[in-house]
Amino acid sequence: MGKVIVVTSGKGGVGKTTSTAALGAALARRGNNVVVVDFDIGLRNLDLVMGAERRVVFDLINVIQGQVNLAQALVRDRHLETLYLLPASQTRDKDALTEDGIARVISDLREVFDWVICDSPAGIERGATLAMRFADEAVIVANPEVSSVRDSDRIVGMLDSKTLKAEAGERLKKHLLIARFDPARASRGEMLGIVDVLDILSIPLLGIIPESEEVLRASNLGAPVTVCGRDSAPSRAYFAAAGRLAGECVEVTIPRHNRGLLTKLFGRRAA
Amino acid sequence: MNLFRILTPIRSAPRARDRLHLLLDHERRLVTRTDLIAILREEIFAVVGRHGCVDPNLVQVREVRGTAVSTVMVDIKIPIRRGAIASANSARRGAPPAGSERRQ
Repeated sequence: MGKVIVVTSGKGGVGKTTSTAALGAALARRGNNVVVVDFDIGLRNLDLVMGAERRVVFDLINVIQGQVNLAQALVRDRHLETLYLLPASQTRDKDALTEDGIARVISDLREVFDWVICDSPAGIERGATLAMRFADEAVIVANPEVSSVRDSDRIVGMLDSKTLKAEAGERLKKHLLIARFDPARASRGEMLGIVDVLDILSIPLLGIIPESEEVLRASNLGAPVTVCGRDSAPSRAYFAAAGRLAGECVEVTIPRHNRGLLTKLFGRRAA
Repeated sequence: MNLFRILTPIRSAPRARDRLHLLLDHERRLVTRTDLIAILREEIFAVVGRHGCVDPNLVQVREVRGTAVSTVMVDIKIPIRRGAIASANSARRGAPPAGSERRQ
């Protein structure tokens, strides 16, 4: 039986889709069968980030409504043989998502894949609640910024009350993935530090993804950063996070800003 | 131009941290309190409902939060029915004690 992970955040634009694709690819590179599921009905983007947009024929709603079977809707990744995408519908309304339908799809995916990674839409509405409903564990993506941290706190509350696990009285395991961390700004006190975010949210840290041009480059090229930017800092951070997700004991290192002597003496930027 | 501002780095992160602490402390209480009051109110209505018709508007559930302990106060107003008291009194005379008609 595979494990179901929801990648969620509450706030939009923090890196949920990027992280879903990167973690999915990193887990697939470890030899696991992985499917990434896009729950953002009407605003799908996981297909674009993975470079599969031209190969999408059927989608999650088609499967839920029984028009096609799972095998017809799954899109295999161009680079990794064990990575699949189940795209969201771009033309339908999110009301087409039904709890029974999703329960059936998730149950079928669990049978086939080691990891089922659900990319949640932003917000706390139906799409987001259904994306987290059947999760075994949650990855909360947050940026070191006030609105993102506040929304993450709200999402933690929802994970502890609106998931099947929570309703059964079990504790849903949560992981915090801090994305877009800028060590230089944090060292200057212009950005919330890792310790600050951890102290406020009190969730175990899965990883720290540094702000990097490589993430945009990977999205431009249509491949997860763990596929096309393998030696880059964000890629290494995602591989380490995937290892921790898989239960490995990988030490978390906080990215540090190395300042030269001249920068130390004269360099400073406004906040 | 303020020379002090140029020489002193602008550290906005501590402000962000303090604002978040204050805000989330408030919001977490709000969510917990709303849920607790809603659950208690529902359960109290169910219990009171078993003992006859009580107007839900006459049941008040309030919570007073302290730093260490919170107090939940329940105020149930039960209208006095003259006939019921008379019959209860006569029953009590026959077989004392039979309990009170007015509970608060």
